[in-house]
Amino acid sequence: MKEVFMGRAENCLAAPVIRSLKARAKQLRRHVLRMAERVGQGYVGQGLGIADLLAVLYFHEMRYDATRLDWPDRDRFVLSIGHYSIGLYAALAEAAILPIEELDTYGADGSRLEMCGSETTPGFEINGGSLGQGLPQAVGMALGVRLDGRPARIFCLLSDGELQEGATWEAALAASHYRLDNLFAFIDCNNQQADGPTEKVMSIEPVEDKWAAFGWQVQRIDGNDIASILAALEQALAAQDKPHAMVLDTLMGKGVPLFEQRAKSHFIRVDAAEWELARKQLEESNKEMDKNG
Amino acid sequence: MGDRTGGASNTGVTGTLLSSDTSEAETTALAPFGRALVRAAERNPRILGLTADLGRYTDMHVFAERFPERFIQVGMAEQNLLGVAAGLARTGFIPFAATYCVFATRRAYDFFAIGAALARANVKVVAGLPGLTTGYGGTHQGIEDLALMRALPNVVVIDPCDATELEQTVAIIADYNGPVYLRLLRGQVPVVLDSASYRFELGKAKLLREGSDVALISTGLMTARALEAATRLAKSGIKAAVLHVSTLKPFDSQAVLSLLENVRNVVTVENHIITGGLGSAVAEVVAEVGLRIRLKRIGITDCFCASGSIPYLVKRYRLDPESIAAAARTVLGAAEGN
Repeated sequence: MKEVFMGRAENCLAAPVIRSLKARAKQLRRHVLRMAERVGQGYVGQGLGIADLLAVLYFHEMRYDATRLDWPDRDRFVLSIGHYSIGLYAALAEAAILPIEELDTYGADGSRLEMCGSETTPGFEINGGSLGQGLPQAVGMALGVRLDGRPARIFCLLSDGELQEGATWEAALAASHYRLDNLFAFIDCNNQQADGPTEKVMSIEPVEDKWAAFGWQVQRIDGNDIASILAALEQALAAQDKPHAMVLDTLMGKGVPLFEQRAKSHFIRVDAAEWELARKQLEESNKEMDKNG
Repeated sequence: MGDRTGGASNTGVTGTLLSSDTSEAETTALAPFGRALVRAAERNPRILGLTADLGRYTDMHVFAERFPERFIQVGMAEQNLLGVAAGLARTGFIPFAATYCVFATRRAYDFFAIGAALARANVKVVAGLPGLTTGYGGTHQGIEDLALMRALPNVVVIDPCDATELEQTVAIIADYNGPVYLRLLRGQVPVVLDSASYRFELGKAKLLREGSDVALISTGLMTARALEAATRLAKSGIKAAVLHVSTLKPFDSQAVLSLLENVRNVVTVENHIITGGLGSAVAEVVAEVGLRIRLKRIGITDCFCASGSIPYLVKRYRLDPESIAAAARTVLGAAEGN
């Protein structure tokens, strides 16, 4: 199957576009549950929380060729937060870059789908996981494609906790100094990090003000609302001469109430008996979302 | 601008005051790295130059002046320097990132380890002020960088002897696809090796002088002092071989072993702490094959070094030719005592 995504549909905020992206996000969440259930644990909360953004990027915004991952003009998705790999595996499988069946190997010994994502997996642009390294590399890529006059754009996913890493801000300075308007940073603000709520561990608010002060074009939106993500991307694409930061307020475990409530921890443990309930809840919440448009 | 000159000058132009020249060398070459990078970049348009506010102090300014559109200044941010370099390598460029050894390793090690080494990205780190080539003390002297870089998988580690070798190395690593850590000699750099006859080869040690009594195995600028020590030893009838190991990784075990097959009295000589660098590499190779040798390691022992003039430091920490010759005599004395 050859899938080449060449960017947006004409009227990107039209109801059919939103409906189809919601269906994709739903499918990504199913993949996330499938992976996490197999291994009995994992970053399921993060995978569910980021599904809406990945649906928009991989099935609407980004230009790439699933059969030619090294296409020099491709848009690049840079996953700085390697532990979100479960979400990206779901998107890559849905985009026909990974075989769907391979999702069952998530976190298994010898698998290409590592718990903390790396270039072992096709479709990964960097070795993520040592936090603070994604944005510097994304800046290098944005400079590189611009030097070559390529239309490629760089989409980098960071977390709120990762904003505590100094290197993120070194890179933020450089991006605005070099006016990298082909660079998009998404900051997933779920207020959770390894040692607890981000606001308790080391407060990073007001996040938008920080990025604005560093010279970025900034928007803060509901990161679980596909229409909002689409509208924000439209605005970002229209803004030139500045890199773009999109602060996404997301809910860990989004779509599965059982996990939404438990999403007070960075790494969710799930009893074997709970997976069936989780799957049922996902289908129910999907129906609910459909009803609400 | 930051006051991190590592020398006594703020002229902004590398010259004698910012020189790596710590000896009484008869011949020197000005900014061999910058000039060699310009030559490589003239034939390869994918080469870029980067620095973190040390362009003038790493000879990168020579490249920046010739190719301003291919020069990227990241400001005083070494983690970002190596992260950006990794990103550029991923878009098919060949970034040469210049800073000091201490910043490339201590400050930004993880960024090189993950962005370049793990990814096998085509990043060249060019690192100034190796060992005791600055009088600025513990903050600026890169005394353990070779140990750190040697420990990283996938990385080529080079400590060149002089201007001749540095120039040849730049051309060769530009063509080599993979991460490289190159120690830099800047400013007025001594010319020790004959550019007509010497040929740097990646991963190959070079026997610069034959000798049957004692083997001096050296790297970096210490090779000049090892050669001087060999000349002094010859005056007292001691025949010293000098094996120059500029590529620390991959390590030319074969060259070391074939020399030590015949010469069992050994002095290793490095501008670096004696753990984890050349001395350790020789000891590892020799111990693994079970060769019985007498070994003395010349280098910085387990300490951070003081500030001061370079000649003072070189003498104080026994990195001078006389200390090398003395170590050779000690090793030979032990041999006779057997």
